[in-house]
Amino acid sequence: MPTDIFWHRLQFAFTITYHYLFPQLTMGLALLIVIMKSLALTRRDARWDEAARFWIRIFGINFAVGVVTGVPMEFQFGTNWANFSRLTGRVIGHTLAMEGLFAFFLESTFLAILVWGERRVGRAWHFAAAVALFAGSWLSGYFIIATNSFMQHPVGHEVLADGTFRLVDFGAFLFNPWARAAYAHNMIASVVTASFVVAACGAYYTLSGRHLDHARRFLKLGVTTGLIASIAVAFPTGDQQAKLVARHQPVALAAMEGRFESGTRAGITLIGQPNVKARRLDNPIQVPGVLSFLAFGTFHSNVPGLLEFPEDQWPDNIELLYYAFHVMAGLGTLMIALMAVAAGLVWTGRLSRSRSVLWALMLAFPFPYIATTAGWMTTELGRQPWLVYGLLRTAAGASPTVHSGTALFTLIGFCGIYLVLGVLFLFLVGREIAHGPEPDLVHG
Amino acid sequence: MVEFWYGVVAIMLTLYVVMDGFDLGAGTLHLFVARTNEERREVLAAIGPYWDGNEVWLLATGGALFVAFPPVLAAGLSGFYFAIFLVLWCLILRGISIEFRSHVADPMWRSLWDAGLSIASGLLALFFGAALGNLLRGLPIDEQGWFSLTLFTDFSARAPVGILDWYTVTVGVFAVAALALHGATFLVWKTGGPVHERSHRLAARLAVAVSAGWILVTIATVQVNATFFAGFTTRPAAWAAIAAAAGGLVAVARGLGVHRPLVPFLGSCAFLAGLLGATAITIFPDMLHSIGAPAPSITAYSAANDTTGLWTAFQWWIIGFPLAVLYFVVVFRLHRGKVTAPPEGQGY
Repeated sequence: MPTDIFWHRLQFAFTITYHYLFPQLTMGLALLIVIMKSLALTRRDARWDEAARFWIRIFGINFAVGVVTGVPMEFQFGTNWANFSRLTGRVIGHTLAMEGLFAFFLESTFLAILVWGERRVGRAWHFAAAVALFAGSWLSGYFIIATNSFMQHPVGHEVLADGTFRLVDFGAFLFNPWARAAYAHNMIASVVTASFVVAACGAYYTLSGRHLDHARRFLKLGVTTGLIASIAVAFPTGDQQAKLVARHQPVALAAMEGRFESGTRAGITLIGQPNVKARRLDNPIQVPGVLSFLAFGTFHSNVPGLLEFPEDQWPDNIELLYYAFHVMAGLGTLMIALMAVAAGLVWTGRLSRSRSVLWALMLAFPFPYIATTAGWMTTELGRQPWLVYGLLRTAAGASPTVHSGTALFTLIGFCGIYLVLGVLFLFLVGREIAHGPEPDLVHG
Repeated sequence: MVEFWYGVVAIMLTLYVVMDGFDLGAGTLHLFVARTNEERREVLAAIGPYWDGNEVWLLATGGALFVAFPPVLAAGLSGFYFAIFLVLWCLILRGISIEFRSHVADPMWRSLWDAGLSIASGLLALFFGAALGNLLRGLPIDEQGWFSLTLFTDFSARAPVGILDWYTVTVGVFAVAALALHGATFLVWKTGGPVHERSHRLAARLAVAVSAGWILVTIATVQVNATFFAGFTTRPAAWAAIAAAAGGLVAVARGLGVHRPLVPFLGSCAFLAGLLGATAITIFPDMLHSIGAPAPSITAYSAANDTTGLWTAFQWWIIGFPLAVLYFVVVFRLHRGKVTAPPEGQGY
């Protein structure tokens, strides 16, 4: 029988996973739009302006869905996790409130100017609006990651006798080392997503023989930023993130790798199936010593296994955590390889003739979405069974007055609404892509 | 510092109602003041550049509540669980109705989103009014500081209370009328032609309805919560706020009479702000008023963050709030003047 907490977790997991499909493109694309508009200004190249307009139209649709699916996230802290909010609001209320004040206002007030205002406000203001959306969305990312980082690695606080958290060092809380590493990792991942989407669109136009001038630009920009970002998301930022997990959440690292026994020269698992009941990894294929090296910098470091920790501190879904981590790392590697090949071709001017690589680029655009989702699942499942790591258990954070019957009702409601939203989104973005970047008489 | 943050929450919530109120009101009236596609695009051109920013005032109010009075946010949002999600779903429908409508030039597609905007906006006004009604009536708070309301019980406004009863629905209907008036005055200001004419006529009628509704709601409030006006009689600031509200209504009527386009909207702003301001002053320090239970109300003093927390938050708020206001000033200036429906594909 699932408990109340199960439905609260499922609703939050579903709504946040769905929501984050949109901001990851928003944030990455905002940067690429600023780049396109800068190229248009510095090179006096109207085609880049046209390209920017095309991506701004897609950005607008994407942003709208991001906004309407984001608003419920803010409220679910209170509706479903009331005990958590009551106990930690004095600390995390700061970053959540700052996100509204410093980021959301900046994004939302300038959105309409970016999407519809180019003729009305002129080049300078329109460029400013693009920068505002970029700055706002990237600030928003920081505040929400700082909030999450407090849950992962609480600093700058003290816990009072009644269990309430209070802030003692705002600077330490806001500039949590975990937040700095996670922010860099996450924002670069959003550039990966946007780069793959832009490159995939360029590949599609090239393969279908339409909008060839724009297609070349999309490929060149998308592949260049895509290669840089795909590498940077793994090294140095992913590596830093992994080292923080090894140091502060060793039990999460053990679960991510399906590692039950401790030992030196720990190998990294490429493939295998965690068998939690038998306390072992089935059919493992491992590279010896690499996990020790990645986690602690030397091949002979001891990496503790799950059995070293009391079972009530194990993440409560080891299998999903293990696969989430491996899906992220596997796809991450694949994306670097694909972008490296494509970059080699694009810089030597041969990409538009390499049909197999274009097909791969076109079909690969879901990979960064899957990898980002799997990455966040790794972070959040690895945090379990804690809401605030080591201090507040997830089971103690839910709303005491909201029962399964109510939570499941709203979860089903979200499933229905988000299905419709997803269909509408794909329909509208599909129309924009079918229409293409060139202006015509009536774009209806 | 506690009083300051109570004021911040009240001011930001008031700004939410005044700002999002005009696009909710215009959205509610959308089907009635604009008949043709051209006219409806004019309404959307009027509210399109603002709705998203306006909605952020709601989030920012939630943020201020979160950091300054965590137990109020926690108890309030979980206690009103059902109503909150109905509001969230309406906010989704409202947002995409505005943003998606223009993308396809097909009459069926457009009537779908026109109806979506109108229904979602009207329901939101109703729910926000009902939420205010719940706060005025009082809540069955338990010893641990929680409460849980079902959507409805027997509609009697006596224990066991639900979110919707005759009183809260009355306040909700009043809110629909007040925000519709607010939206109509906004359209009077920002539009010309037939939309302007219809909004003008509707605003005049709504102003009468809102004046009558105000008296009715005041009487009803005395019926369900006799102690409510105890705070009011001893606080001159609340009298000033009520005077501003009354003056605002007069300005609406006068402005409509002499055809000064901006005056009715400003009057309506003063009306809403005065009414909410007077309410906030009257109920202070209660934030969640307890009824029929042994547990005390959740007050600003019992719920507040400690001094360090409030002082820290003050330091970033004092930077962030003027910035937010500045963005709105810039955006209003960039969109100054009457709106016209933009060419197809170049706007809402």
